[in-house]
Amino acid sequence: MAQITCKHLTLGYESKEILSDLSFNVEKGNYLCIVGENGSGKTTLVKALLGLHRPMSGEISTGDELKFNEIGYLPQQTMVQKDFPASVEEIVLSGCRSSKFSPFYSKQQKKLAAENMVKMNIHSLRKRCYRELSGGQQQRVLLARALCATKKLLLLDEPVSGLDPLVTDEMYKLIDELNKNDKITIVMISHDIPAAIKYASHILHIGNKIFFGTAQEYAKSDFAKHFNVLREVAG
Amino acid sequence: MAEIFEKLRSYMEYPFVRYALIVGVLVSLCSSLLGVTLVLKRFSFIGDGLSHVAFGAMSVAAVAGLTNEMLIIMPVTIISAILLLRSGQNAKIKGDSAIAMLSVGSMAIGYLLMNAFSTSANVSGDVCSTLFGSTSILTLSRFDVTLCIALSVAIAAIFILFYNKIFCITFDESFSKATGIKVGAYNLLLATIIAVIIVLAMNLVGSLLVSALIVFPSLAAMRVCKSFKTVTICSALLSALCSLVGMLTALVAGTPIGSTIVAVDIIAFFVFSAIGSVFSRKSV
Ligand SMILES: Nc1ncnc2c1ncn2[C@@H]1O[C@H](COP(=O)(O)OP(=O)(O)OP(=O)(O)O)[C@@H](O)[C@H]1O
Ligand SMILES: [Mg+2]
Repeated sequence: MAQITCKHLTLGYESKEILSDLSFNVEKGNYLCIVGENGSGKTTLVKALLGLHRPMSGEISTGDELKFNEIGYLPQQTMVQKDFPASVEEIVLSGCRSSKFSPFYSKQQKKLAAENMVKMNIHSLRKRCYRELSGGQQQRVLLARALCATKKLLLLDEPVSGLDPLVTDEMYKLIDELNKNDKITIVMISHDIPAAIKYASHILHIGNKIFFGTAQEYAKSDFAKHFNVLREVAG
Repeated sequence: MAEIFEKLRSYMEYPFVRYALIVGVLVSLCSSLLGVTLVLKRFSFIGDGLSHVAFGAMSVAAVAGLTNEMLIIMPVTIISAILLLRSGQNAKIKGDSAIAMLSVGSMAIGYLLMNAFSTSANVSGDVCSTLFGSTSILTLSRFDVTLCIALSVAIAAIFILFYNKIFCITFDESFSKATGIKVGAYNLLLATIIAVIIVLAMNLVGSLLVSALIVFPSLAAMRVCKSFKTVTICSALLSALCSLVGMLTALVAGTPIGSTIVAVDIIAFFVFSAIGSVFSRKSV
């Protein structure tokens, strides 16, 4: 059974439809890239997957031992966060969920946070203030926080937006390692179609026309042709 | 100098002065604890709106001739806080204008009622003291003081108990929701606490100046501190200290208590800003 199954999903705000009749599924270990123009409804789709946005019709279900609140989420950055006075450690710890109520973080949770900071290469920055970090470092902090919330599936909303090419590459490699070594399923929103074809196992293209299939199929389809032409011109 | 201390010592003999100092310090401590969250969540304007609502409620209570005004002011303010938070979540612009309407409306109605029905001979004096809190802090009864201490302790306890959750929802609401935190319930809790604090703080500085107590210490602390925990602790201590200094100055110099406290807060804010910019220049 798939980890996430969407059937005939229609999404929108206040009776205005944005996406209609969307069906796809995500299997354990998949690396799914969601692509599409600005405003096509990618963030809305991710919010629906997280249970933050109610679909107008259709069904989202989870399976393969995944529960809705076991998904790690890296949101599209908001202005509030950019100048937030908090240390890296505090932010990463805030990703830890606890089954029962406790006013303080447990030893295990602190250990989990430390491990994820090491994994994301930010352990040396743990006392630093979030707002003083570079964009790439901030993204790694948020990724470490998302990792504290899940061992199974990560939803990443434009994790590389605003990063320079070098840091973008590092970020892609980091995410790829999480997928290959830690066997974490990845669902990522991206505008970078060449990178999506390179790293992802599956691609979901939303917009006027919808495509869902493997990355190879996508590379051969009409959707990607336009990019191939561009690449030939550039190369 | 010795004269001033002698004067302060003689004031301390009066129980109402001691009450005022205790209440002032506790209330400013609580208001700045939540101030950090309010400022970061861009909720500080809700605090401002609520203080105006509290003014309206207070004049209704005064006109109705209630002996215990809290019975009206507290529930009205709490309900408005919850309503404002709700409307603020649906759409930003709608929320903004809802606050403007509510706050201006209650100011106007409050003043109107006070003028039309008040039995007091000095209406503008009454209005002025509710707006700027000139002496109400010095006329607290034993009951007021006990209530104030109990509520302050309760607010501080709730804050410590839910500190981690409050941090989560302040930093990132959607992430918190996705990991299963009941964000709606916590926002409701926050709204209630804000309303309680505003009503308490109104005695101290008056309804027009309440927001200063919430905003200035938090903003000052944010200039200097690097983590949420230090910001919170620093703003609480700073706020308590500023209020103490403000009240003592007001007693000695005979200035209005509320505006003196706010003036001290403003000075502290500029001092912290200066310190902050010196440090950040060094580290660059
Ligand atoms: N809270 C909201 N209320 C009403 N409409 C909204 C809301 N949020 C988004 N929309 C609309 O829904 C559409 C899809 O928005 P969404 O944020 O999902 O796009 P996106 O694909 O993530 O775009 P981007 O690439 O810019 O991040 C847009 O037309 C937007 O105007
Ligand atoms: Mg988006």
